[in-house]
Amino acid sequence: MQKPIGITSKLLFQLPILISVLGVFYEKNSGTGSDTPPLSASFFQQSLPPVSGFNSFSDTTLLPSSFGFGRPATQAEIDKLDIDVRPDGKGLPTGSGISSRGKLIFDAKCVACHGAGGIGGPNGSLVTTTADAKEKRPEKTIGNYWPYATTVFDYIRRAMPFNAPGSLTNEEVYHLTAYLLNANKLIDEKTVIDAKSLPKVVMPAQKLFIPDDRKGGPEVK
Amino acid sequence: MKNKLIQISQFTEKISRRKLLGGAATAAVAIVQTANGQTIQKAIPQAALADDDPTKKMGIPPGEIGTRSSFEKLLKDPSPTSSRSPLQDIYGMITPSDLHFERNHGGVPAIDPNKHELLIHGLVEKPLIFKVADLKRFPSVSRIAFLECSGNFRSGKETLRPQDICGLTSQSEWTGVKLSTIFREVGVKPNATWFLAEGGDAAVMTRSIPVKKGWDDAILAYAQNGEALRPEQGYPVRLFLPGWEGNTSVKWLRRLELSDQPYMTREETSKYTEGVNGKVRQFSFDIDARSIITYPSYPQRVEKGWIEIRGIAWSGRGKVVKVEVSTDAGKSWQNAHLQDPILDKAHTAFRYLWQWKGEETEILSRVTDETGYVQPTLKQLVEARGETGGYHFNPITAWQIKRDGSVLFKPETFR
Repeated sequence: MQKPIGITSKLLFQLPILISVLGVFYEKNSGTGSDTPPLSASFFQQSLPPVSGFNSFSDTTLLPSSFGFGRPATQAEIDKLDIDVRPDGKGLPTGSGISSRGKLIFDAKCVACHGAGGIGGPNGSLVTTTADAKEKRPEKTIGNYWPYATTVFDYIRRAMPFNAPGSLTNEEVYHLTAYLLNANKLIDEKTVIDAKSLPKVVMPAQKLFIPDDRKGGPEVK
Repeated sequence: MKNKLIQISQFTEKISRRKLLGGAATAAVAIVQTANGQTIQKAIPQAALADDDPTKKMGIPPGEIGTRSSFEKLLKDPSPTSSRSPLQDIYGMITPSDLHFERNHGGVPAIDPNKHELLIHGLVEKPLIFKVADLKRFPSVSRIAFLECSGNFRSGKETLRPQDICGLTSQSEWTGVKLSTIFREVGVKPNATWFLAEGGDAAVMTRSIPVKKGWDDAILAYAQNGEALRPEQGYPVRLFLPGWEGNTSVKWLRRLELSDQPYMTREETSKYTEGVNGKVRQFSFDIDARSIITYPSYPQRVEKGWIEIRGIAWSGRGKVVKVEVSTDAGKSWQNAHLQDPILDKAHTAFRYLWQWKGEETEILSRVTDETGYVQPTLKQLVEARGETGGYHFNPITAWQIKRDGSVLFKPETFR
């Protein structure tokens, strides 16, 4: 920001800040809520001496409580888009899947990118192998790196297969999720994966995850 | 197999810039198309040129849209998933919109702005749907800020340009509506602590963002450098989170859902997390301070005498307060001049005048931001994290100056 030159322009520069502070004060004393009228320019014109050549009264720091733009979203409109799944299972649809059915879908639609059995494909392994563990830097897979099983369902449903995203049914996604969890030895082949069982699958990597606590400063972390 | 000359008319039958390729026989270059349709540069022999004095013939009349000179070869460097800004060819602090880096996870979608809608729901008083035109009616805000992918570090060989090393950072003036304005409009509930941002691309990209960032300085941006967003940058509307890793600034934004916990999406668990001493660090939002000398750099060459060392420095945690340059391989450091304006969470141009006497040396830059953070060496980063790479790697970059004037990147390895 450019430095204000001289006292006159400095005052002009600070005036909008003063006005916005007054605006907050005014809003507090007049009560907040949906029935609060928009802050009017006349209030400030009355209480402050007019300043020629500087019009701050339309400054966007002064907002009405509602502009009334946009339209209310209906529940049907929300449901159409609301596909996310949380770690606690919120958002998981009805349906269920088992590993053996998932393998059939995987072999047909996923092996080209992710390799037979989810190992060694051009777009990365999804399944941990015993050979991986011996390497210094094992490939990151669902079994050794993903902290939540719900993410597997959410991601497959929203973005896979890469060449036909969003084309799988919820049932197919449950089957594939069961297959990938079983292939990583996180569930046995008989476990039925559904909205209740999926959030309970224990992921070994979850305990490794820590939130970033860096705030700048001289320390390198 | 005769090459077909195209775009010659652009020069109004005159091709200037003599001796671009050196040698008496070569007068200029033109864009030509080969028999199989490939566009290439071709040298034009002097004899083939008419009088090339531009003061002796009328030029091209005014047009509907500006053009870039055919002599300027400004190109991003695409891979299947990203495309890098040519940092070594950019002047000042703004990245031309068509050279802004790209990163996507399912390609660039084609979106009709008249059909596109943004839904905001979850822990709000009034779930609302906004057309793009609705968003443009709200009070607007503009700010110049960088956007950087957190996976923006490459090394390994000497023949790397700034574009190759860290070309996943760019800077624009972003215009849109403050997310806080929209939060007020929908009435975000007090128990909302996170929100999910979702894109309308083939990846239906999602990230969880703390609500605090939404109130602080998040923008729903619909314009970039004075015009509507480019499709590659999220047309018609994107989230823009100043100073935060680029992946969180979700493009082609179609939905925001307020929640009391993060969603743990694929992009914030299996990707965009980094190993640190046996643990996995998550939600590393802030971009760490970084700088790079963009001139001289590979593949440029220098001559003995005065050289203005130039580069950019930035921090996701505030303003750049100091850039130091070393011309003796890090033995001593001098303050570089910072070019105004020095903006919060913005690329800041720096320069340092140096007289090169022809000795072999290395030149480096390091930035200090307003939190007191000093850009680390690669060695410091590797020692602090126990990893040799990963997201949020921002090491000091060194350029080797050879006796013949060639400039090479200095790849470093540890462990």
